[in-house]
Amino acid sequence: MSFVLFQISCIVYLLSTATYMVYFFSEKKQIRQLARQVFFVAAALHTLNILFRYLEAGHTPITSHHETISFFAWATAWSYLSFRWRYTVKNLGTFVSMLVVLLMLVAAFSSREIIPLSPVLQSWWLPVHASITLVAYAFLALSCIGGLMYLLQEREIKQKRFGLFYSRLPSLEVLDKLNHHCLSAGFPLLTLGLVTGILWAKQAWGAYWHWDPKETWSLVTWFLYAGVMHQRFTIGWRGRRAAMISIIAFVSAMFTLWGVSFLMKGVHTYAS
Amino acid sequence: MPRDTIVLLGVNHKTTPLAVREKMALSGGYQEPLTALGGLEALKEFYLLSTCNRVEVLFTCRDAGVAAQQVLELLFAGAVGSRELEQYIYQYQDDAAIEHLFLVASSLDSMIVGEAQILGQLKEAYRHAAELRCSGFILNKLLHKAFSVAKRVRTETRIGASAVSISYAAVELARKIFGDLADKKVLLVGAGEMAELAAEHLVGQVAEVIVANRTLSRAVTLARCFNGHAVALEELLEQLEQVDIVISSTGAADLILHKEEVRTVMRERRNRPLFFIDIAVPRDLDSAINELDNVYLYDIDDLKNVVEMNKSERDREAIKAERIVDEELLKFNRWLANQVATPTIRELRELVDQVVRMECDKTLSRLSEVSEQECQAIEKMGAAIANKILHHPMQYLKADHHCLSRNERITTVRSLFELDNRAEKR
Repeated sequence: MSFVLFQISCIVYLLSTATYMVYFFSEKKQIRQLARQVFFVAAALHTLNILFRYLEAGHTPITSHHETISFFAWATAWSYLSFRWRYTVKNLGTFVSMLVVLLMLVAAFSSREIIPLSPVLQSWWLPVHASITLVAYAFLALSCIGGLMYLLQEREIKQKRFGLFYSRLPSLEVLDKLNHHCLSAGFPLLTLGLVTGILWAKQAWGAYWHWDPKETWSLVTWFLYAGVMHQRFTIGWRGRRAAMISIIAFVSAMFTLWGVSFLMKGVHTYAS
Repeated sequence: MPRDTIVLLGVNHKTTPLAVREKMALSGGYQEPLTALGGLEALKEFYLLSTCNRVEVLFTCRDAGVAAQQVLELLFAGAVGSRELEQYIYQYQDDAAIEHLFLVASSLDSMIVGEAQILGQLKEAYRHAAELRCSGFILNKLLHKAFSVAKRVRTETRIGASAVSISYAAVELARKIFGDLADKKVLLVGAGEMAELAAEHLVGQVAEVIVANRTLSRAVTLARCFNGHAVALEELLEQLEQVDIVISSTGAADLILHKEEVRTVMRERRNRPLFFIDIAVPRDLDSAINELDNVYLYDIDDLKNVVEMNKSERDREAIKAERIVDEELLKFNRWLANQVATPTIRELRELVDQVVRMECDKTLSRLSEVSEQECQAIEKMGAAIANKILHHPMQYLKADHHCLSRNERITTVRSLFELDNRAEKR
């Protein structure tokens, strides 16, 4: 059942991305409305999928690679929708839906097998630590997308050559604000994720910090985000610099999520 | 007697880069160059237009080649080399000159097609020429015609509908940088007419307008009409910490703001974005300012791009507008051609009126006891006979569907009525 729901939501996400792309090129308002509705339906179906998977597995579906990425996609979709209700950022949906589809495809191609939890993971820390971190990543993904859009728009305004993006992307101020808001939501969550991880480590392994590759990289990521937040508050870093750092920091976050698991061995390997 | 040639010389934003236009712009006002042109024997009537996008001289003369050479030497020889002049100057004569003037007036030749400022600038330029009595019979008619063409284009096409002035383009850009303008402040540097026009669209949408000018009194006047306040030009750097949009249009010959100064200001501003619009020619602001983060600098040529985007609709309207210009050109040409016959028509009229008056006087003096009424009736009859007889010769002169050229017809009429002999006799 959860598998069927996963596939349906994947297809609906694809549809919404296609609709968003049509909106991006045609700039017709009605199409945007449609794209939003389709995206919302997809996100709702995805929520059901995760619920069913929870029932089928008997634990929070956040341990295998498939589950992690799917949860990440789900969190990204909903954090976008949470922003969407507060204020509109023109064409943010286009970029976000593309990212979500990409994640869903990655999830679709990894093993969907439900693996029983190893004893060390059988703790209520698991859903708390993993989900908080993934939701943090979702907001950071949005800030990365905001940064990317900022750079695209800024480049056209600075170089005075108006191409594809000038009319389609919102103003620099809006994009910078988006970046800032997402960081303000994502950074505390990331910190919280880190702290819960530390506490759980003490409980499970008896020490707060192991210098496990994943821990090291998440610390690097945390410092990058802390740096950009600090600079914004003290000397007013914003615009291009903030956008670039949030993109770099997000790449580092993704490396923490994926690269470390596949390239280096440590306690955080997915249960496989 | 062939009529004078109408010549138009100039440079505009299409032919000439800003760097050269800067040097050629007549920043000292119209009076001086107009007076200087008055010293040239070859010119009969003339007027001068200098805006940030163009410098044009329009004149009538006998020998176009000689006159054009003299005008160029007088106005521009000091500013640019003769090679550059040859490369950039365009020269139109008669029809082409008239058409160009009409295109300029109706804002079809503007950088931002359809913008409304050019007509005001044209009127201003004409006012100066008229005050100094530089323009005469032909140019007065021509310029008034140009104004009415511009009005026709404006009312009959939608070319100005997207309200595309420099100011509009500036607002559009400001929105892409700041999003909401409601809490932003604008600083006008230089309180000239350009500043006023450029700020026009912005003013209603921003929180505050500040005017900085070398002469404070002018700044105060302009600030008052925007409900803003005035500051001295020396306070520029201080003000930059507060404002968000700067429109610079001073007549200064050198840069008034450099990159390093702005860098310092940005630190004080905690990197809040700053948008500079430099509409001055020569430029006021260092172009390297644009390299700074969160600082955007657009000069007058750059603004063109902003406008290019909603160009297609205006292009359609421009075709309609160009048809109007062509129509009006034909009409004006007809008027101009008629002017060749005008002296002959006038002399003929005078001759006949004189004959009628003489014969009436003769007849009346011979009659006794004529009442006032009868006297008038006789005079009226004399005039009526004269008019009837003159009708065909007049038409012969005025109409243009004849196979004979106008000059030939003029000669015929003059010899038939012995107009030339009569002039000599007097």
